[in-house]
Amino acid sequence: MKQDLLLFGALIVIVAMIFLLVPKPIVFSTTVSYLIIGLILLALIFIFIRTINGHFVGRRIVFLFVGIAVVLPFFMKIHQPIRVSPEVQTVYDSTAQLKPGSKVLVSFDYDPASAPELQPMAESYFRLCLEHDLKIIIMGLWPQGPQQAELALQIALADSSIVKKKLERGIDYVDLGFQTGNEFVIQRMGTDFRTMFPRDTRGIPYDSIPLLRDVRNFSNIDYSFNLSAGYPGTVEWIQVAVDRYGLKLGAGNTGVQATGMYPYLRAGQLKGLLGGLSGAAEFERATGKEGTATFYMLPQSFSHVIVIAFILIGNAAFFLGEKNKARKEQK
Amino acid sequence: MDTFGIWVAAFLTLGIISFLYRDNPWYKVCESIFVGISAGYWFVTLFYDNILGLFWRGVTSPDPHYMLLVGAVLGFMMLLRLVPPIGWISRWPLAFVVGATAGLYIINYFSSNVMLQVQSTLAPLFSTKFGQPIFEASLYDTIGNLVIAGGTFTGLVYFFFSKEHKGVFGGAARIGIWTIMITFGASFGYTVMSRMSLLIGRMEFIFGDWLRLIR
Repeated sequence: MKQDLLLFGALIVIVAMIFLLVPKPIVFSTTVSYLIIGLILLALIFIFIRTINGHFVGRRIVFLFVGIAVVLPFFMKIHQPIRVSPEVQTVYDSTAQLKPGSKVLVSFDYDPASAPELQPMAESYFRLCLEHDLKIIIMGLWPQGPQQAELALQIALADSSIVKKKLERGIDYVDLGFQTGNEFVIQRMGTDFRTMFPRDTRGIPYDSIPLLRDVRNFSNIDYSFNLSAGYPGTVEWIQVAVDRYGLKLGAGNTGVQATGMYPYLRAGQLKGLLGGLSGAAEFERATGKEGTATFYMLPQSFSHVIVIAFILIGNAAFFLGEKNKARKEQK
Repeated sequence: MDTFGIWVAAFLTLGIISFLYRDNPWYKVCESIFVGISAGYWFVTLFYDNILGLFWRGVTSPDPHYMLLVGAVLGFMMLLRLVPPIGWISRWPLAFVVGATAGLYIINYFSSNVMLQVQSTLAPLFSTKFGQPIFEASLYDTIGNLVIAGGTFTGLVYFFFSKEHKGVFGGAARIGIWTIMITFGASFGYTVMSRMSLLIGRMEFIFGDWLRLIR
C-alpha cells in the first residue's frame, strides 16, 4: 500500500512537471526520429543477447517497450506508404458509384471500447456519403453505437466541403437510435423498419421523417455499411439481411473479427471489408483525406515490430531453456 | 466541463493501465466504477427503449399492438425465478427463447455458413468462373484458388480420424495442420493489431487530449 501511494505521488509529480515545464506540442525532427529508432533497435539487440546468455526479461520490460513503441511515434515525422487493398476499394467504389439521393443504411454495432479502430472508419464513411449527396440512415444494435455515430457525424458535418451543403437532419440524414433484440431486429426490419424504430432519437415519429417516407424495408436501401465489434454484428447482418433479404452490405470490422469475415467476402456475401486500423487507414487513403487512422499507423507499425522482436526473443529463450535442460540431464 | 471530463477520463485510464504494474487499489476503484456504470447504463437503456419505448407505447398507442402483451407476460414469467416456490415457471419462457433462437440459428447458419461457403469453395482452379475458358484467371487468382482447394481438402483430412495419419494420408494431414496453424497465425496477427489499436487510442488521449503534447 505504501509503495502504491509512493508511485501514485510520483505520477502526479511527473504530470505536474509535464504541464509546467515541457514545451507543447512536441515534434521530433526526422534525424531525431531515426536516432530514437536506432536506440530502440540497439536496446532490443541488447535484450536478445542477454536472453541468449540466460538472463530473461521480466514482463514489465516488455510492457515498457510496447509503451515506448506506441507513444514515441506520435511525435515523429516519418511518412509511411499505405496501399489500398481490393476489399477496401470495393467499399469505396460501392458507395461512391451510388446515384445522389441513394439511401445508405449504416449500423453502429460497437461501443467506445472499439472506437480507436472503428471511429475513423465511421468518420471517413460519413464524409464520403455526404460528399456524394447520399442519404444516411443510422441505427445501432449496440446501446452506445448511435452515440458513436453522432460523434462521427458531427466531425463529417464540420468538414468544409460539407458545411456548404447546409444538410438537414431528417432530410439528409437520420438517427434511428438503438434497438435491442440482436438479429431479431434485423429480421423484423426485413419486413418493416417502423416496427423496430417507431421514432428517431429525437422522438419524431417514423412517418413524419421526410427521409424515411419511402423506406419500408431493405428493398428500399441501396447500400448498407456495418461497423461491428462482435455480436451482434456483421455475421448477423449477413445471415439475415444479406442472405435472406438481398441487402448489399459492406463492413468495417475490428481486427479481431476481420479474418473471420474473409470467407463471406470471397463468397460475395460481403461487398467490401475494412479490417481493423489498417483497413481504416486504407479507406482514408481511398477517399483522399488522411485522418486519425493514418496518424495511428506509425505507432501501429512500431508496436508490431516490437511484438515481433519479443516473439523472436521469447522463442530464443524457450529453445535456449530446452537446450540447457537437456545439458543438465546429460550431466 | 470538457476539461473536467478529460481529467476524470485520464484518471480512470491510468488507473486501469496501472494493473500492468500490479493489482492495486486505484485499479480496483476504476474497475468498480466501470462495472457499476455499465450495469446502470444497460438498465436505463433497456428500460427506456424496450419497456417504455416499445412495450408501453405499443400497447397504449391509438392502434395498440396487443401481441406485445404476450412478450411482456413471458418476460414477467422469467422474473419468477426470483421466487423459489414458483421458480419453475421461468422455464417456460426460457424454453420459448431457446426454441425460437435455435430455429432461427439452424436456418441462418446452414444457409450462410454451410451452403454458400461450400458453394464458394467449389471454384474452378484455373478460371474465374465455371463455364469460362481455362487459364483465363490471373496468376494471383489461380494461386488463390489452388490454396483454397488444397487448404480445405487437407484441413478436412486432418480432422478425419478413422484412418491412421501415415504415408500420403499423413502427409496431407500434416499440410492440413500447417494450413490451420497459418490461419491461426493470421488471426493472432489481426488480434495483436486490434489490441494495439486500442492502446494507441488511449495513449493518444493521454498525450494528446490530456497532456497536449501531440500536435
